[in-house]
Amino acid sequence: MKKLVLTSMIILIGVTFIGRLSYLQLFRLSQDQVLEDPAIKLVYDYPERGYIYDRHGELLVANQPAYDVMVIPREVQPLDTLEFCSLLDITPEKFREQLRKARVYSPRLPSVLVPQLSKEDYAGLQEKMRKYKGFYIEKRSLRDYKTPAGANVLGYISEVNEWDLQRNPYYSQGELTGRTGIEKEYEDLLRGRKGVKMIQKDRYNRDIGPYKEGTLDTLPEPGTEISITIDKTLQEYGELLMNGKRGGVVAIEPESGEILALISGPTYQPSLLVGRERSQNYSKLHYDTIAKPTWDRSILAEPSPGSPFKILNALAALQEGVITPETSFHCYHGFYVGNKLRGCHCGGGVRTMNSGIFKSCNAYFAGTFRKFYEKFETTDMAMDVWEKHMRSFGLGDYLGYDLPTGRKGRIPNKEYYDRVYGDGRWSSSYIISNAIGQGEVAATPIQLANMVAAVANRGWYRTPHLIKKVNGKDIENDYPNFTERKYTTIEPQYFEPVVEGMADVYNKGTAYNLRIPGIDIAGKTGTVENYTRIDGVRTQLTDHSLFIAFAPVDKPKIALAVYIEHGYFGARYAGHIASLMIEKYLKGTISRTDLEKRMLEKTLEAEYAKPYSGEKFEINEHAW
Amino acid sequence: MLGSSILRRIDWLSVLIFVLLVAIGWVNIYSSTFSQDGGSLFDMSQLYGKQLAFIGFSFLAIVLVMGLEASFYERFSSLFYLIALVLLLGLFLFGKTISGATSWYDLGFFNLQPSELAKTATALALAKYLSDIQTDIKRRKDQLYALLIIVLPALLIIPQPDPGSALVFFALVFVLFREGLPIWYLLLALLAIVLFITTLMFGTVWVVIGMGLLILIFYMLKKSSYKIPLLPVLGLALGTLVFSLSVRFVFEKVFEQRHRDRFSLWLRLEKDPEKLEEIRKTIGYNTYQSEKAIEAGGLWGKGFLEGTRTKGDFVPEQHSDYIFTTVGEEWGFAGTSVVVLLFTVLLLRLLYLAERQRNPFSRMYGYGVVSILLIHYFINIGMVIGVLPTIGIPLPFFSYGGSSLIGFTMLLFIFLRLDANRLNEYS
Repeated sequence: MKKLVLTSMIILIGVTFIGRLSYLQLFRLSQDQVLEDPAIKLVYDYPERGYIYDRHGELLVANQPAYDVMVIPREVQPLDTLEFCSLLDITPEKFREQLRKARVYSPRLPSVLVPQLSKEDYAGLQEKMRKYKGFYIEKRSLRDYKTPAGANVLGYISEVNEWDLQRNPYYSQGELTGRTGIEKEYEDLLRGRKGVKMIQKDRYNRDIGPYKEGTLDTLPEPGTEISITIDKTLQEYGELLMNGKRGGVVAIEPESGEILALISGPTYQPSLLVGRERSQNYSKLHYDTIAKPTWDRSILAEPSPGSPFKILNALAALQEGVITPETSFHCYHGFYVGNKLRGCHCGGGVRTMNSGIFKSCNAYFAGTFRKFYEKFETTDMAMDVWEKHMRSFGLGDYLGYDLPTGRKGRIPNKEYYDRVYGDGRWSSSYIISNAIGQGEVAATPIQLANMVAAVANRGWYRTPHLIKKVNGKDIENDYPNFTERKYTTIEPQYFEPVVEGMADVYNKGTAYNLRIPGIDIAGKTGTVENYTRIDGVRTQLTDHSLFIAFAPVDKPKIALAVYIEHGYFGARYAGHIASLMIEKYLKGTISRTDLEKRMLEKTLEAEYAKPYSGEKFEINEHAW
Repeated sequence: MLGSSILRRIDWLSVLIFVLLVAIGWVNIYSSTFSQDGGSLFDMSQLYGKQLAFIGFSFLAIVLVMGLEASFYERFSSLFYLIALVLLLGLFLFGKTISGATSWYDLGFFNLQPSELAKTATALALAKYLSDIQTDIKRRKDQLYALLIIVLPALLIIPQPDPGSALVFFALVFVLFREGLPIWYLLLALLAIVLFITTLMFGTVWVVIGMGLLILIFYMLKKSSYKIPLLPVLGLALGTLVFSLSVRFVFEKVFEQRHRDRFSLWLRLEKDPEKLEEIRKTIGYNTYQSEKAIEAGGLWGKGFLEGTRTKGDFVPEQHSDYIFTTVGEEWGFAGTSVVVLLFTVLLLRLLYLAERQRNPFSRMYGYGVVSILLIHYFINIGMVIGVLPTIGIPLPFFSYGGSSLIGFTMLLFIFLRLDANRLNEYS
């Protein structure tokens, strides 16, 4: 017994120790890796964000230095708050609040105290920073815009928020990330990759040299420079034309699917969303819920396509063999739906395809649409075929272009009508409005532009896109979705009569006054009825003005869709702008300066104010 | 020849483990004191360089110890003890103060800590006294003398102040138990410890009630008599009450706040989790950091010279009392369990060697060696891994420090010398 006392104690102690050690080292092993190790400090080396060029190599977006005042709360020592605040140009309340927030985030990790000081502010602050322990200045790079246009395309960058931090472990506090547009879509390319230096620290938080002699450190990878398909001149010009107008203009090069211009009105200067004033300016723009300058109408607005949609109905009817270009319909200044007359402004008389298109005859297309439906045994079958043709032009679903937002538009199908009217409780007369693009169909301007490109190519399109070059190299095979042809369900031979009709829109039709000397254009006007609710009463407002066009007719270089809210009939605002854009792009100069002057000066602000005036108002007034 | 016979008879297993422990210890001292700008291994401005020199001195000490006759130690043990006491007394006059404790003589190149040598001397003296033919451990008077031999150096060490080192001497009572001190002394001591802890944790009232219940259960199980002997039971209950009350008194009036905090932390007396965390990170800073560093090692450790917390000096005194954390961080569970295993095997081996001695002096001294090594190992590693409160004593053969290394080496090798000689002795 007495001999065993020590023996058993030795064994007991050994077992206890092994038990405790296995608990500590095997079971309680936290995820205590490099990131959480208090003995290692990570120092980041930020690469410069990639520049953005336009299709001709014109610089659109560069960088400028900015300076964040950072704080590591636990290293802060008592300081002259008032003096420091006046240096930073913030109130002591704000200072204390920021400091509190930083402490809540982490006492040990750096947080941003004051973001994005300009070079001038920094110069004054730099030498005095040493006095304030726990604070330091981190240099970052902000965007420097070389164009006043394209805010909706380029997007902007801003500081990462809590959600970004959780979602993507790459980011840490105070870093910048693309928020919208190209900046967001190509964030990974533009951002590059930050370098990391690991510094071994001692318990007094002093640096005592590189961790593992720097073998784990990484060098920053510079951001990639990219070129986008936007034509800077055209984009800027288009935005000038959109002065005081709401709507969207989308221009595409049909052959390549490259977006030449993507304009939304009203817009704002991209430089507004840079630096210290960013959040203030952003709020101002964001809370303008009437004009909605941050809402990109070129890709988000979903008007009914109106008369331009007649083009597709003509093509579908030709493809299905229900009409030939010579098939004629008589227009009695309208057509009947049941016993109700729907009007037509074409002037009446016998219409074939050609005059049906250039005079935009509603009766002609209603007749064509009926014939289309009569070909099939049931309305359902007809609708399926019709839907297939429409969708083959990229309508009714996301197009797949390289911007982070978009809308589907709408090509109604039988499920849609069943949902709206009840199962099977609708017939072809319910959907006749789609014949003239006025019913349930809806399309975004970019979808319309793409549709035009498909017509211009006589049967195929490439998905519209913005990326042109990455690091100076053409994208070629890197983005197969953007380089492969997508064929429509309409065979090429059916396009010619339709294109002819569209050319006659300029030669003798609704856009006669918008011809450009020396350029053959094919186009189609659209006037879209526009209703809203004012105090609960359905009220008609001035029509939306729509125009689609491509030019030259034989070898199309540009296809575009213009959508102007409350612009009245198609040939007015939308037609003018389309015509000027085409001339600008193809010729470089404008010969019809009166037309240009009118567009630059005329605004629709008065029109937009009408529904909010609270008084009775006229719609569709003739302004000139 | 004497030398060759010793080489043949010395217990090579113990020697091997000793060499391993010293070597592993030095590797870890190197790692925890290493710096980029340090020179060679023998750079005397670096702690690892100095420790290498101490290891050299230790080997000299081994040669010296082994070279002397085994009987020399028994014969002069009283003299060693006296010298040790004189050296301890001398500290009050000539002692050098390092971080608050006057525990060293400044010998120029080297600070001598006599308390490290006193351990060996006391173990020798105790063995000498107990093995005396006239001593009978069953006698109260002899028990008292034996205790005095143990307590005397401890009393001289407490005021340095170095309560940790003083505590170590009490481990020598294990020698007394081996030699016939009634085992209930040990049980009583255990009871005292249990009462001490339970009083702090649950309060006097519950301790007395619990004790009463235990006594009742004890007598009910015994069944031998239906009458409960009132007097002893009452005596025990009263004793418990008085002890328990005095524990509270000592804890609240005699202990200083820092002592109380250590117990608060150890026994989790502080119920408010925020305050406990606060204590953990202030009073318990060392333990907190050492536990974290050991945890960070995982199964295989971060590798030699790769311990970030070690390099960052997050654990104070890492090269001396907290050297085991370096093992934990850099060599992981694999390393720590090997070290624990080495100590366990060494202690059991020494115990076995002690039992096989024919000379009672050798046996008793062997027990003394095991007791002293065991308590160091137990308290040091227990503290570092957070199962015991903070008591600063070195890990034998491991921790940085010349006096302790040489002291432990002599402690061990005197016994191995005695063991090597056991066949020559008849008693």
